[in-house]
Parts: sequence; C-alpha cells; structure tokens
Amino acid sequence: MRYLPLTPSDRAEMLARIGVDTVDALYADVPADELLDHLLDLPKAKGEMEVERIMSRMAGKNLTASAAPFFCGAGAYKHHVPATVDHLIQRSEFLTSYTPYQPEITQGTLQVLFEFQTQVANLTGMEVANASMYDGSTGAGEAVLMAHRITRRRKAVVSGGLHPHYAEVIATLSGMASDEVSRLAPNVGGDEDLLAAIDATTSCVVVQSPDVFGRIVDLKPIADAAHAAGALLVAVVTEVVSLGAIEPPGAQGADIVVCEGQSLGNPLGFGGPYVGLFAARSKHVRQMPGRLCGETVDAEGKRGFVLTLSTREQHIRREKATSNICTNAGLCALAFSIHLTLLGEAGLTRLAALNHEAACEVADALGNLPGVEVLNDTFFNEFTVKLPVNAAALVEKLAKDEGILAGVPVSRLLPEAGLDDLLLVAVTECSTADDRAALVAAISEAI
Amino acid sequence: MLNDKGRPTRPETADETPMAASTFTGNRALDVEEALIFEIGRADVTGVDLPAPKGGASRLGAHARTTPIALPGLAEPEAVRHYVRLSRKNYSIDAGLYPLGSCTMKHNPRLNEKMARLPGFADVHPLQPVGTVAGALDVVAEVGRWLCELTGMTACAMSPKAGAHGELAGMMAIKAALAARGLDKPVVLVPESAHGTNPATAALIGFEVRAVPARPDGTVAAADVKAAIDDRVGALMLTNPNTCGLFEPEIAEIAAAIHAAGGYFYADGANFNAIVGKVRPADFGVDAMHINLHKTFSTPHGGGGPGAGPVVLSERLAAFAPLPFVRIEGGRPVLVEDVSQTRAGETPYGRLTAFHGQMGMFTRALSYMLSHGADGLRQASEDAVLSANYVRAALADLMTVAFPDHPSMHEVLFDDRFLEGTGVTTLDFAKAMIDEGYHPMTMYFPLVVHGAMLIEPTESESKASLDLFVATLRGLVLAAQAGDTARFTQAPRFAPRRRLDETRAARAPKLKWEPPKAAE
Repeated sequence: MRYLPLTPSDRAEMLARIGVDTVDALYADVPADELLDHLLDLPKAKGEMEVERIMSRMAGKNLTASAAPFFCGAGAYKHHVPATVDHLIQRSEFLTSYTPYQPEITQGTLQVLFEFQTQVANLTGMEVANASMYDGSTGAGEAVLMAHRITRRRKAVVSGGLHPHYAEVIATLSGMASDEVSRLAPNVGGDEDLLAAIDATTSCVVVQSPDVFGRIVDLKPIADAAHAAGALLVAVVTEVVSLGAIEPPGAQGADIVVCEGQSLGNPLGFGGPYVGLFAARSKHVRQMPGRLCGETVDAEGKRGFVLTLSTREQHIRREKATSNICTNAGLCALAFSIHLTLLGEAGLTRLAALNHEAACEVADALGNLPGVEVLNDTFFNEFTVKLPVNAAALVEKLAKDEGILAGVPVSRLLPEAGLDDLLLVAVTECSTADDRAALVAAISEAI
Repeated sequence: MLNDKGRPTRPETADETPMAASTFTGNRALDVEEALIFEIGRADVTGVDLPAPKGGASRLGAHARTTPIALPGLAEPEAVRHYVRLSRKNYSIDAGLYPLGSCTMKHNPRLNEKMARLPGFADVHPLQPVGTVAGALDVVAEVGRWLCELTGMTACAMSPKAGAHGELAGMMAIKAALAARGLDKPVVLVPESAHGTNPATAALIGFEVRAVPARPDGTVAAADVKAAIDDRVGALMLTNPNTCGLFEPEIAEIAAAIHAAGGYFYADGANFNAIVGKVRPADFGVDAMHINLHKTFSTPHGGGGPGAGPVVLSERLAAFAPLPFVRIEGGRPVLVEDVSQTRAGETPYGRLTAFHGQMGMFTRALSYMLSHGADGLRQASEDAVLSANYVRAALADLMTVAFPDHPSMHEVLFDDRFLEGTGVTTLDFAKAMIDEGYHPMTMYFPLVVHGAMLIEPTESESKASLDLFVATLRGLVLAAQAGDTARFTQAPRFAPRRRLDETRAARAPKLKWEPPKAAE
C-alpha cells in the first residue's frame, strides 16, 4: 500500500524490539470476542488510476456551475478565484500544518490569521474579529449564544429576512440549550415589524443584510431600538462581496457581525467547507467564541504572533468555556485572506460594482417580462422575482432542457410557506452577457 | 581552469574568528523577515484585473458605501512572495515527523486534493436542482456507508463541520432521544481524562457534567462508572482508545452499565485511527461517535481546519439524525433536507449548519478509503499501533511511561518523572525538539498525568524515520540528565522566532493591525 512505508521485515523487527510475536498482542485489552478476525465487507485497496476513475465517474454525474449559465446564490456564490489562491493554499507548510500551538514554528499560519482578523474587522467596520468559524450559519448560532452571555438574557429575535438555514441552526442550538427564539415570518415584502418584537427580555436581534430575498436592510434604526431595550444587534452577511459596495454593519451600530466568507477564495463545493467571519466590539472580546491570534514579542524582542485569550476556550475551561469549538476554518480563511489581498480595496470595490451592475441588468430585463415582478426595491447582486409559474418547476425545466441553472426557488428553503412562485436570482461577475441574455430568453419562453 | 582564477570553491576562513550570527536585515538566509500586508500593501494596488464598470444605475438605495475600507492590495508577484515567505515559517507533515498525540498527523495524499478539485465536486452549488447533483449525493452516501461498515453502526449524520461539532450533533441526538422517551436525565458522565471539548459540548446544550475519576493505571473502572450512575444520568462520554492512548479494558461492562440505567454511550472518535478494521465501536456498545475525517481519514489539517466530523449512530439513535440526510431508496441516494420530506420513523431534531456538510472533505476521505480498501485501512491501524509501541519500547529505559501496565494503542504517553531534578520542564523539552528539527509532541495533555508528553507517530513513518526520532529523543534525555540545561531553557534557538511572550499577548490583547500614529 503506497502510503505505508513499513515493510514486512520492518514490522517483524519492530515486533521483536517490543517483545511480542504478533501485532494482535498489542490489542490485548480489546475483549477477545470483539477483535475482528476477518476483513470488513468493503472493497480492497486500489491504485491511483482506479481511484481517479471511480471518483471522476461520480463527479461526471453533476452539472457544474461553469458548464451552465449560472444564477444560484442564497448563501453560496460563484466568483472567479485567481489561480494564485489555490496554488498558495496548497503549499505543504500551510496545507499540512496543525493548529499553531507551537508558535515558534508556525509564525506563517499565525501572521496570516492576524492579517485575516484585521481584514475582517476593517471589512465589517468592527473593532475585533476572530480567526474564523466553521461557516456563516454556525457563526450565527454562536453569536446568539454570545449575546445571551453578554446580556444575561435568553431570547433571540430573528428577522424573517434571515437565511432559513441560519434561522434553523439558531433554533436548533437554542432549543437544545432551552433558550427562546422568536422567529418572524418570511419577510417577503420587506415590511416586517421587527421593532415590535423587541422587549425587555430580548438578548439580541438577528438581521441579515442584504437579506435572503436580496434586499438591503437599514440596520441603524434596528440597532437603536435594540440598544434602547438593552439588547444587541447581530448582523449577518451571506455575501461578503456586498461589503465592497454597501455600508458595513459596524458603521450602522451592529454589536456582532457574522459573515459567510465563501465568496472570496473558496469554491462552491456543494456547500462546504466554507469559512465564517466573526467580528465584534472590543469590549465583548472575552465573550467571543473561537480562536484569536494576537501580537506579542519573542525573547529577543522581535514581533511575533500567538493564539491568545485561550482562557475562554474548552481546553482550559472545559464545561465553563464560551464555546465547545476547537478548530476554525484555517485553510479557507487563508484562501479568503489571499483573495482579498490580491483584490485590495480597489479590486474589491470594482468587483462589487461589476456584480451590482450585472444584477441590475438582469433585474431590469426580467422585470420587463409580462407577468414577472421583481420584488426588491434595493439589492446588491441577488434579488427575488415573482413568477406566473411554479419557480421550482421552472428551475428544473431550464436545467434539464436548456442547461441553465436559473436560481434558487424560495420553496427550496421554505417548502411550506406558500411561496412557490418566488425565485432568487444571483448574478455575479462570472456571468457573461450571453449567459444573462440566455436566462432572460429562457424564462420569457417558459412562462 | 576557471576556478583557479575565478571564485573560490572551498571554505578558506577556518582560521578566522567566526562572526556573530546576526545580519543587517534580520533575515537568516532562507528565513526572511516578512512585514504585514498592511505595511507593504497599498489601497490603490490590485492583483486582479477586472473590466471597468460601466457606471450608472444603482439599486443600493441609501446604503452605498461612502467610507474607505482600509484594505491593502498587492500585485500578484508581491502576493506570491508574501505568502511563500510566510509559509516557510511553518512546520508541516510534508517536511517532517509530527508526533502530536491525539491529532493523528498522518500523510495527506495529494490524490485527495486532486479529486476534491474535480469541477464536478468543487464547482457545484449546494442548492442546484437535486437532479443535477446525483454524483455529489453518491459521495455523501458512499462515505456514510464506509463509516457505518467500519464502525458497525446503523446511520451516519454527515453534516457536522468538525470533531467538536460532531460531538454536539451526537449529544443533541441523545438529548432528543431522552426527550422522546419522556426522561429527565440531565447528567452526563465524563472521565477526568477526557478532551476539553467533551464537557464543553455537554454543558453547551444544558447537560450537567459529572466527572468520573481515572484509575492509577490510566483506564476507567466499570465500578467507578456504576458508582457515578443514578436516575439522573442520561449519557456517558468516553474516548476509546482513551486520551492516555489505552484501550479501555472494561469498555463492554461500562457500556452495559450506562445502557442498563437507560442512558446512552457517546464515544469520542478522536482515536479511531488505532482500531479501524480491528474492532468495531458498535461491538463495544457505542450509541454515537463522531469521526474526525481530518485525523483518521487523512484530510489535511490546514493550519487549524477545516475539519469534518460525521457522526455514526446506533439503531436507538438513528431516527434522530439531524437534517439534512441522505436516504437510500431503491439503491439510490435521496436528499432529505426538510421535515416535510421525512417519513415515519424519521424524527430529526433540527439542523446544524447551512447546506449539506463538508463536501470537500468527503471527497478527500473517500479517495483515501478507496485507496486503502478494507485491507489497507486495517494495515494502517496496525502500523500506527506498532509504531507507537516501538517508540515506547525504544525509550522506556530513559523516559517514564505513564501507564506501563497496558500496551499502548496508536500513541504513547510519558510523564515528566524522568526530568525530575534536571531543571528542565516538559515545555523546555518540547522546545528543544524544535531545534532538533521536530515538531513537539502534545504537551500537558491529558491533564491526569504530570507534565504529559503524548507521542503519536502514525503509520506514515518509515522505520528509519522512527529510529532517528528515537535517537534524537534519547540524546535530549541524556543531555538533560547531564545538566546541559541551557540547551532546553534557551530553546528554540534556531526557529524563526525564540519563545514568544504569551502573557503579554493576553494582558493587553492586540488582535489587529493599527496604523502607526502620526508623529506629533
């Protein structure tokens, strides 16, 4: 087996050195009737070529985003990732290194995390950011728990504009922890009365902007109302490229900001692994979940970086930790950071403008079709259209007949909400003018 | 004879006084000091060429950004150099033995990386019509099938994003099962030797944690578990093989005790690499166990994630698996992502993450499983156990094995008794290993022994590599005992940084770069 360097004679020598006859003697503590004396019912070892053939056959059964005019979003976005990103994250020293517990020989990872934290804080308009979370949705769940710890209250108010998967993650975690969640109905019309749901028992209000329907939400009045009631505003962003074009949540009064960072550096990958961005006000830093990297000096006075404030974490605090989280999304955070470094402020701003422009073009064209209505007054690169037909059926049909991935039907996220005629359409820089024209023509023909 | 007249071809300075090992730049040959992107980047530089926007229509409403972001940019060559230089300050499995106990730093095959990057896996949206992702569902189902077969369990919840997330998933299933049975059993037993995530996970979802003592031989006694069980105990969390690197000899009796009390047995699967194909967790009574794909199944650790932590569930817990999951119908995988799609007997307790889990890790793990096969996986576990015991045998006369009464599994635990009176601590010893070119072992964990050193060589090392490692450690032990203390207390001397001041970092946390204040 190509991954196993020991030869039969090595094994024999090693057993002799240990002083046992067989390797099974080392399993002496396993109850004898439980030690398997046969191979399990699984295939035998295979060479590279054969594995490639099997995996490629499975991969070939999927329709790839690049092979189709592509307009899916709803929390995962197709952007062009520079070749440099994937090359650099495959450097052995980044790819095959562990969590930087020995800082003298992991300054590479640690400096990247320090740069990442600064990029995230600046991008969200916040004072501090952690070294990343599993993804945006789990970050949102952790943000709610953090708000509970800070306010010593246990009820979260969740906007109907929050991505339904995120709302379900929050509800699951809170339900298990016996906390309360007040989740508003899907905010299709953009007219939900969030402020009325805030009361003296509210720990936080969770609001997404742009929301799951694509609408850009004015966070300032919500922050003010939350603060007046002694609650926090948790702002969620599922498309970080939007922050190149719109005011960051930090400038609008958010106390905790959670983003899905997949859009930068990370492929769609059928939903994972992604990277959660998590930022907060510095006064709350000791209640933050996850890893933090901080600056210090070494014994010669040179600047260096270490993991810090670990007294919040499970390996020190055990059942009193702020979170059970042990890992972050290191390599995905690296990809995010490299992509953002390549873009820089000039590139990110331009990328955001291109996304917005392309989305405006498609929204205008679809809005001109008879029977089709664009519901959004505002949006960044994704918006909701109301169709005269069932959206899921339309998406299936266009995928099958035209090879077009037309978007995400709202019913995929909210199957029982009676919103079967709504379609989320995301338009990024990856779409060509031909792709966009093909989408409009195909929908026009199908309705 | 150009070399006679040209540059010298041999060292000629032997009689000169050596210069101090300092440079004008602070660089040391291949190890180059690298500034932060915020110090070398510029806001108007970009390494990505994009067409100019046409300008005009805006639907951003009143929310267009008006403030600068303060994000530096680098041109592509600058960016490549920045990250390549930083990378060279990291230790990695690819560069050397990485004996971090409980972390399973095994070889990460590059075939896995290649497979994960096939466009059919990497370039697929999680919410595309399910008819366009049949191959992706095949991968999810296939990894689940392998994990169930290897563990003997009934079902596998694939969505957890890491080991600790998998623990959460499993403990939530237990909580849901207790609730469905109308039982109020809020206490979870956790041995003192457990990893910190175990008590943290249990507490996070409202369980009370009750500690079970470790025996002097490093194992958990069934009698102690029985003594700790009362009506309020709903579950036991136990790592097996345990964090001391030992297989729990009374595991069957322990499992029977928790089951007899109406509770469930959660096993931490962190150490599964010792027993794949050798013994199945279902056979020793496990009800739920997470599997760290980034340990046992070779997906890269990536400097701290992403991981993946699918949870296998026994028949008693299978019905409670969280959304989404894949059901096999007529031999084909069907995606169930909402309660409305469930059938009788499927009572998911909720959702743990957006979308479907760590697909990129599933493709890597499946490549690893297919490459090894049932025979190779079993051999890998045997080699991992053999290597740990070989290291132990070769060091037992000089270092102190914490629990000599049991054979080790895939990792061997030493305590610091062998350093008594030397003035050298476990930390010093670890830092001296850095100077010798090794990543240190896990230090000060588990907490049940003094100055713990937990060595896990994995199956990826050749015998020559193990022999060199052993010789290095033997040399260090002899140096410590001979009073060569500075070698340890001054270490590391040759790493990109000397010891870092962690107290200073925590006292006044500096967690992001701030522009230097302008001179008054």
